[in-house]
Amino acid sequence: MKFKKILPQFLTLLFIVLIFGFFTMNAQENMDTRGIEFGFGFLSKEASFDIQFSLIDYDGSMSYGRAYLVGLLNTLLVSFIGIILSTLLGAVIGVARLSPNYLINKTASFYVEFFRNIPLLLQIFFWYFAALRALPMPEDAPLIFGSSFMTIKGLYTPAPIWNNFDVFMIALIVAMVAIYSFNKFAKRKQEEEGKQYPKFLISLGIFIILPALTFIIGGVDLSWSFPVLKQLAQTSFTYEGGMGIPPELIALTLALTLYTATFIAENVRAGIQGIGKGQKEAAASIGLTPGQVLKLVILPQALRIIIPPTTNQYLNLTKNSSLAAAIAYPDLVLVFAGTAMMQTGRAIEIVGITMATYLTISLVISLFMNWYNKRIAIQEK
Amino acid sequence: MSNINFLKPNRKNLNLFLILGSLFFALGLIDFCLNNFYETNITGFLPSFVSFFTPLIFGMIGLHLVRIEFSGIKILDDLNKNINTSNFNAALSISIIILIIFSVAPLLNWFVLDATFVGDSKEACTGGGACWVYIKTWFNRFMYGMYPNAEQWRVNATFIIVLGLMGAGYFFPLKYKKYLTFYYVIFLPIISFLLIYYLISGGEFGLEWVETGAWGGLSLTFIVSFFSLIFCFPIGMMLALGRRSNLTVVKYSSLSFIEFWRGVPLITVLFMSAVMFPMFLPDGTYVDKLIRVIVAITLFEAAYTAEVIRGGLQALPRGQYDAAKSLGMGYWRLHLLVILPQALKLVIPGIANTFLALVKDTPLIFVVGLLELVGMLNLAKTNPKWLGFSMEGYVFAGIIFWIICYSMSKYSQKLELKFKTDR
Repeated sequence: MKFKKILPQFLTLLFIVLIFGFFTMNAQENMDTRGIEFGFGFLSKEASFDIQFSLIDYDGSMSYGRAYLVGLLNTLLVSFIGIILSTLLGAVIGVARLSPNYLINKTASFYVEFFRNIPLLLQIFFWYFAALRALPMPEDAPLIFGSSFMTIKGLYTPAPIWNNFDVFMIALIVAMVAIYSFNKFAKRKQEEEGKQYPKFLISLGIFIILPALTFIIGGVDLSWSFPVLKQLAQTSFTYEGGMGIPPELIALTLALTLYTATFIAENVRAGIQGIGKGQKEAAASIGLTPGQVLKLVILPQALRIIIPPTTNQYLNLTKNSSLAAAIAYPDLVLVFAGTAMMQTGRAIEIVGITMATYLTISLVISLFMNWYNKRIAIQEK
Repeated sequence: MSNINFLKPNRKNLNLFLILGSLFFALGLIDFCLNNFYETNITGFLPSFVSFFTPLIFGMIGLHLVRIEFSGIKILDDLNKNINTSNFNAALSISIIILIIFSVAPLLNWFVLDATFVGDSKEACTGGGACWVYIKTWFNRFMYGMYPNAEQWRVNATFIIVLGLMGAGYFFPLKYKKYLTFYYVIFLPIISFLLIYYLISGGEFGLEWVETGAWGGLSLTFIVSFFSLIFCFPIGMMLALGRRSNLTVVKYSSLSFIEFWRGVPLITVLFMSAVMFPMFLPDGTYVDKLIRVIVAITLFEAAYTAEVIRGGLQALPRGQYDAAKSLGMGYWRLHLLVILPQALKLVIPGIANTFLALVKDTPLIFVVGLLELVGMLNLAKTNPKWLGFSMEGYVFAGIIFWIICYSMSKYSQKLELKFKTDR
């Protein structure tokens, strides 16, 4: 009996060890013949290539490690924007799919069926190579909202210029803490004495007044720098000042958002449909208003069904952002597994680091979501 | 007629309200169309802000006037019930109707009315619409990649035979139905591989040898997805069983395998198969690019399949295991005869989603330099004779992929209903 248990385990172990052994031996041999030495020392060497779009200071004289950081931040940026936008869009579409209005319902399901059945890469190519290329040149671009320009070279918007930005941030954090503790206090009061405060109004008040105060007494000052057309050569124009968002980022965010939103919409729909009709009727019969029914009865239950599959979609979005490499948005894969690897030829280390990074991001998101999921789960007695 | 109250439409003056309502509704639409397609603003005398919203306001008044309950006219009742229950709903409905007109009209123009269908060079495309001549000229490349034109019948023949073999399972006599799984899991992949090896790749029986680098287009999409689909299913099943095994080593090795592949993006896996994998092989051995890609995609999707199947295994009640054990079944008999048939039925939608994801992931093989449909589009786009037609190409590929994926998901929904049994 014991033998029966040990034999398959032993065979599995042997198989794994043999495969890994075979691979490492070959890798060793191959690297010896090519004169490469395994190691991560190259990370501190000078990268000597430029990256078009970077959130932190970077130029070619900095190290490969710095280039890695630039790529990682760009990946995180596009994932972050994508997650927020696709959640908003997905929630709206998901609710719209449940609408009794025939037109809204059908439009929403058309949207879902359309966008999720087309490969993401194709969508990215479509937005980048076909749709955004149809935009006007910088010199012909019309003004949008009186301050922005949408051109073939990207979106130019006004950029905020802050004075004493840290004071403002501190005020914001203080406001958050105040709102959190006020809500806790209000909840306790309601449980103990049944007294209700206008929680939402007071929270909103704190959120607006505290940061606004810093403008008056904290010396915080905000002005805007507007993009202005500038002629470089006879036919070459560009914008100066303001904030330039490259078309690669726009195309990638657009495609990721539209694609992922379809899956999130389906999750939202399934979550709301998963709640029995009796719940709504019971809530209405004890005199809750429709708003209260939604807030106190439906949403807390629906969120439990919605969150786990939606976490998966967030992970997918983050991983899918690596398709950026196809349109030359300088994300982790393009900068590190692309350019840096071509230059150094260290395939094993670089692909290894890239994979480990994605694994870590996945793990962090899923740990956070597990924690959140546990927090809102039903506390069974 | 004395008590007509325009704020409260009633049944008494049904016809009057109906006519007025339709008039206002039509006025709204006409106003919108004139504004957008003929550049004349019939409400230009109003302030521009009001004038912008006039279609919406007219439409809402119209829908408000026809909102009469139990009118006795079936169409009107259906209309009111479905798109016109309240003012808010009416506003949404009108916005959507306007949006549809706004987007459908230019699309129709581009697709059909202004498009060019005849001709054989770029010069034929003079209209403002799509240039379908481009697709027509490049059609063979989009379907077969760089495969020599004279040899393309080999690809077609292979696909027809494989499709025939797949369909043949459907007509199996009842007596041999029990061999169906064997047929699909073992016989069909081997036959297809041999077909592809001897017929598409060639090199023997007097057929010209075509290297895999020349394969491409939609046929390559099919080849890659077909093999990955066939192989990832059994591997995923083994991984799912392994993950639920009592044996510690088996359990944790399956677990780490699954989590590893699920945690990394496919593009890095393909990078790995392209640049890192050759380092792991003895010097001088060469594995074909296509095979490396298929292995990479198979392992990647197998991890996802494993998680889906695990969900099905977990959903089965314990009683099923206990009952089978009490009949004296061992591990393999228990799983093959009792657990897996039930679990797999439960996870049909999940597996279909995984397979769909696989098909949608195939364009990524451009990373290793294999050009399937999307890759060929990007190649054609850069041809100096045909610059500026990327839109047509992407729309064409989008339609093809959409048809494939949509029909697959509809089929899986049908399968789900067919296999649905109450327990």
